[in-house]
Amino acid sequence: MKVDQELIKRVAKNARLELTDKELKDFEKQFNEILEYFNLIQDADTKNVKESFHPIEIKNHLREDIIKDSLSQDDALKNARHQSNNYFKGPKAI
Amino acid sequence: MKDLQKKLKDINKEYNYFNVICDDLQEQYKNANKKGKLYGMPISIKDCVCVKDVETRGGSKILEGYKPTFNATVVQRLIDQGAIILGKTSQDEFGFGSFSTHTYNIPKNPFDKTRSCGGSSGGSAGITRKLSDLKIKHVSIAESTGGSIACPAAFCGVYGYTPTYGLFSRYGLLDYGNSLDKIGIMADNLKDIKTVFEVVKGYDEKDSTSLNLEKTPLNKDDSIKKVAIIKETLNVDPEIKEAIIKTVKAKFGSYDEISLPIVEKYATPCYYIIAVSEASTNLAKYCGLRYGAAEELKGTFDEYFTKVRTKYFEPESKRRIMLGTFTRMAGYRDAFYLKAAKVRTMIINEYKKAFQKYDLIISPTMPIVAPKFSDIEKLTPLQNYMMDIMTVGPNLAGLPHLSCNAGYSKKEKLPIGIMYIANHLNDYKLMNDKLK
Repeated sequence: MKVDQELIKRVAKNARLELTDKELKDFEKQFNEILEYFNLIQDADTKNVKESFHPIEIKNHLREDIIKDSLSQDDALKNARHQSNNYFKGPKAI
Repeated sequence: MKDLQKKLKDINKEYNYFNVICDDLQEQYKNANKKGKLYGMPISIKDCVCVKDVETRGGSKILEGYKPTFNATVVQRLIDQGAIILGKTSQDEFGFGSFSTHTYNIPKNPFDKTRSCGGSSGGSAGITRKLSDLKIKHVSIAESTGGSIACPAAFCGVYGYTPTYGLFSRYGLLDYGNSLDKIGIMADNLKDIKTVFEVVKGYDEKDSTSLNLEKTPLNKDDSIKKVAIIKETLNVDPEIKEAIIKTVKAKFGSYDEISLPIVEKYATPCYYIIAVSEASTNLAKYCGLRYGAAEELKGTFDEYFTKVRTKYFEPESKRRIMLGTFTRMAGYRDAFYLKAAKVRTMIINEYKKAFQKYDLIISPTMPIVAPKFSDIEKLTPLQNYMMDIMTVGPNLAGLPHLSCNAGYSKKEKLPIGIMYIANHLNDYKLMNDKLK
């Protein structure tokens, strides 16, 4: 598998990152090197092996459905620089 | 407490162990729970763990100014027992690194300021060593995803304990990789680690991956009968190999050598695939909207988010976000992320098999002693990742492990770390006096 600058640009767009020409060039080289290393796992015989999404068996625990205090609106907004009428203010959507 | 505050500030000017030093130590002491198990105990907290009203950035510029409105569960449990929170320790941005160099505040090794403390909990390890040298009682709360407690503990010559995955609540921890992140403890002695362990461990309904110890209890048996060294990990500097064997012989008399070929071959690539995949989704929330750094609201959502993320993330974070976005993309997900999750099962099984015979599995913590910053600069990203070869295995498998000092290198007089790995929920074996 060969990674080229077009693919890197696509990944960056998905990740919401803008790369300079130098970063694009550096990433291309580093990606090819790192992905070749990642590819080592392809040799592993994983036939009939199930995925582990956690290292130890985790059981779902559901809490009782009781109303409890949660983050207040004031607290939720405390760290937001842009706000309006007690809401987060974001950039234009349309 | 006033003296301590001044001392911390003085140390920090020279070594950069704290991103924030709390200015209310005296007040905390006055109000602390006098009957608590940790009354008056000074504790530093890695920057990625939330402390109410104290700037918490995980070593990142993108969280500049963020002051949590709540305490992480671990922090709350410490405060409830009378601990004094000293401040937030420096680290690689969001834990992305092995040398604490991917950040705006780089901690310097207490043995040699031209060298790294290790990472990513570098500040925690550095201050633990420094305060120990000054005979000041102190414990640090650190965090590990792939070795971020063991590595700096080894480079700074202190004890670094990483618990079984799920044993300490992750509520209030800035996520790196959810299935890998573990809050842990550093100290200059095992007794303090055990005391803090008893206070912070246990179920938390706020963390969906928290272990319910009533259903999956800890093994109270701390005895160590049989140990083994992982043969492949002895292919390191002869001085490190010698220190490990000498320490094991002195503590246990006899030992076996075992081979873990699946861990040896696949753990590092498997770890990095899973870690970057999880990290890239976790870091999607940092976009200059609800907390942290923000810019003037201009352009569309995508343009604004892209501007903030591009400006404030460190290059290494960008690299890991990019790699993780790639390994989860349509067409590549099966070959990388899902394949790695299967290899992870094989790795866990290989360890489990070894634990049928042995109480502890042992290796050097790191293949090297603390490197110079000038040498770290020369490493490629992949060479950087390879440095974690000893620590990623137990982290990937969620196994509890402890790094201790095993002596010093002859030439540079730098600490060498030895790592003890135990089976899931056998954390008490790591607090056995034999490991002192």
